[in-house]
Amino acid sequence: MTLLDQFQKTLLASGLPDWAAYLVPALMGVILIVAVSLTLVIIFIWWERRLLGRFQLRLGPNRCGPEGILQPVATGLKLLLKEDIVPAKADKILHFLAPIVVFVPVLMIFAVVPVSDGAILANLNVGIIYVVAISSISTIGIFMAAWGSSNKFALISGMRTVAQMVSYELPVVLSLVGVVLVAGSFSMLSIVQSQSIPFILVMPLGCVIFFLGCLAEMNRSPFDLLEADSEIVAGYHTEYSGMKFAMFFMGEYGVALAYSTVITTLFLGGWSGPLLPPVIWFLIKVVLVFSFTVWMRATLPRLRVDQLMAFAWKGLLPMAVINLIIIAIEVLVVPASMLWVMVILNFAFAAALVLLWSRLFTLGGGRVEV
Amino acid sequence: MKFERYGMGIAKGMALTLKHLFRPPLTVQYPNEKLVRSKRIRGNELVWFPDRCTGCGTCTKACLQGNIILVTHHGEENKFIVDKFELDSGRCIFCGLCVESCPYDALAMGLEYECAKYRRGDTILDKEKLKLSDKHQPSAYFRPQFYAQLPEQSLLIYDRKEGGQKLTLFPLSKRKRGPGA
Repeated sequence: MTLLDQFQKTLLASGLPDWAAYLVPALMGVILIVAVSLTLVIIFIWWERRLLGRFQLRLGPNRCGPEGILQPVATGLKLLLKEDIVPAKADKILHFLAPIVVFVPVLMIFAVVPVSDGAILANLNVGIIYVVAISSISTIGIFMAAWGSSNKFALISGMRTVAQMVSYELPVVLSLVGVVLVAGSFSMLSIVQSQSIPFILVMPLGCVIFFLGCLAEMNRSPFDLLEADSEIVAGYHTEYSGMKFAMFFMGEYGVALAYSTVITTLFLGGWSGPLLPPVIWFLIKVVLVFSFTVWMRATLPRLRVDQLMAFAWKGLLPMAVINLIIIAIEVLVVPASMLWVMVILNFAFAAALVLLWSRLFTLGGGRVEV
Repeated sequence: MKFERYGMGIAKGMALTLKHLFRPPLTVQYPNEKLVRSKRIRGNELVWFPDRCTGCGTCTKACLQGNIILVTHHGEENKFIVDKFELDSGRCIFCGLCVESCPYDALAMGLEYECAKYRRGDTILDKEKLKLSDKHQPSAYFRPQFYAQLPEQSLLIYDRKEGGQKLTLFPLSKRKRGPGA
C-alpha cells in the first residue's frame, strides 16, 4: 500500500467521483516527481561542477548566488535565449524529436524509485524490468540525434553509443538478476524491504559490475566515448544548440541521478537507516553514489573503443555470469535467515574473480588483450 | 604476487584525487584577489625621477621603438632643462632598455600592471604622469636600491581558519613545495 493509494482511498471515502479520486493523486504524484527530480538534477549539475573543481584544485562555479548554486539556472537561462540552429541537411523531424526521446524516459525512471516506505509513484511488481526497459530508450534518442543532425562526428558518436549501450546492458541485467534472486521480487519496494543487510555486502561483485555498467550506460567518464571532445567534437549533440542542447544536458545528468537512485535502492538499502528520517537517508546515499561517479570522472582517463568493448564482453559479462551462478547456488543452499554466510562467501568469490580477471587483462604489457 | 596488476594503479589514482579534495584550491579570483607581484617586474608605465634626469637623451637612443620624446633647452651652467619627456605606453614593449641605459638612474620600470585605458590618448604619458606618486611606484628591475622596500612576492592560498572565507597571503618562501603542499 503506497502513500498515493492511501490518498486515493481517503479521496474516495470523502465522496469524490471515482475518476477524480483516480486522477488527482496520479497527477499530484507526477508533478511532484517531475518537479523534485528536475530540481535535484539542477542541484546535481552544480554539485558535480563544484566537486570536480575541488578534485582538480579549482574552486568551481562560485559567482552566481551563494557558493554558485544559481550557476545552473544562469546556464539554463542562457541556453533558453540562444538561437536554435538546425543544420540545412538535417532530418528535421528526428533532429527535433531526439532531445525529447532522450529526456522523457529519464523522468520516467523516477516513477518506480521508492524514496521512503510507500513513497513511490507506481509500485510496479516488475519495477526492475521497467527500469531496464525504460533506460534503454534513450539509446534510440541518442542515435536519432546522431543520425538526424547529418554530421559525421555525431554519427560516429551514435554508433559508439549503440555498441556501448548494447554491450553494457548485458552485465547490468545479469547482475540485477542476482538482486532479484536474493530479494525474491521484482518490485523495488520489496527489494528494499528485503535488505536486512545491504546488497552491496551480500553481492559485492554484482554491485561493482552493476555500478560500472551503469557508468557506461549513463555515458559518464571513463566511459564517455560518445562525447570524447578530443576525438569527435561534442559527439551526438555537436549540431544542437539552445534549449535542445539543454534537454540533452539535463537528460545526461538526469540519467546519472536516476541510476544513482537505482543503485541506492538495489544495493545500498534504499531509505533504510538509523535515526534520520528515511528521505534524508535516501538523499545521503544518492549523493554519495553520485559523488563517487564524480570522483571516478576526476581520476580515470577515457577508455579506448576496443578497450571499452573488451571490458564489457571479456571482463564484465563472464564475471556477471559466474557471479549469477554463484548467487543462484547460494540462494538454493544457504537459508534466507543466514544472509551473513553469503556475505563472507561472496566477498571471497569476488576477490578471487577480480584477481583472476585482472590477471587475464594484464597480458601483453597492460594492453587489454586476452 | 605483484599487486601493481590488480587494480592498484586505479586505487592509487583515486587516492591521489581524494587527497586533492582536502587541499586548498589554487585558483586566484583575479579582480578580487591579487598576488603580490615579483619585485623585479617590468611593469607598465616607467617611473621618471626629474631631479636626477640630466636630459642627456640616452634613453631615447636606446629605445627600440623610438618611443621616448625628449625636448630640452640650455639652462644656467650649461645644463639641460627638460621641457618635454613623453612616451606612448601603447607602443612601449617594456623591454627595459631605457632603464638599463640610463647613466643617472633617473628611470625605473613601474610596478603596476593594470594600465588599460579607455582612450588612446590616455596612453601617452607626460612628465607629470611619469613622476613618482603613491600609485606610481618603481620596481626593482635593474634598480637594486628599491629591492628591500618592496613586498615579498607571494602566492595566494586559502586560509581555512576563519570560516573558509578569509583569504591570506603566504610569502613564496614560506610555502611548501612539491606534493602535499
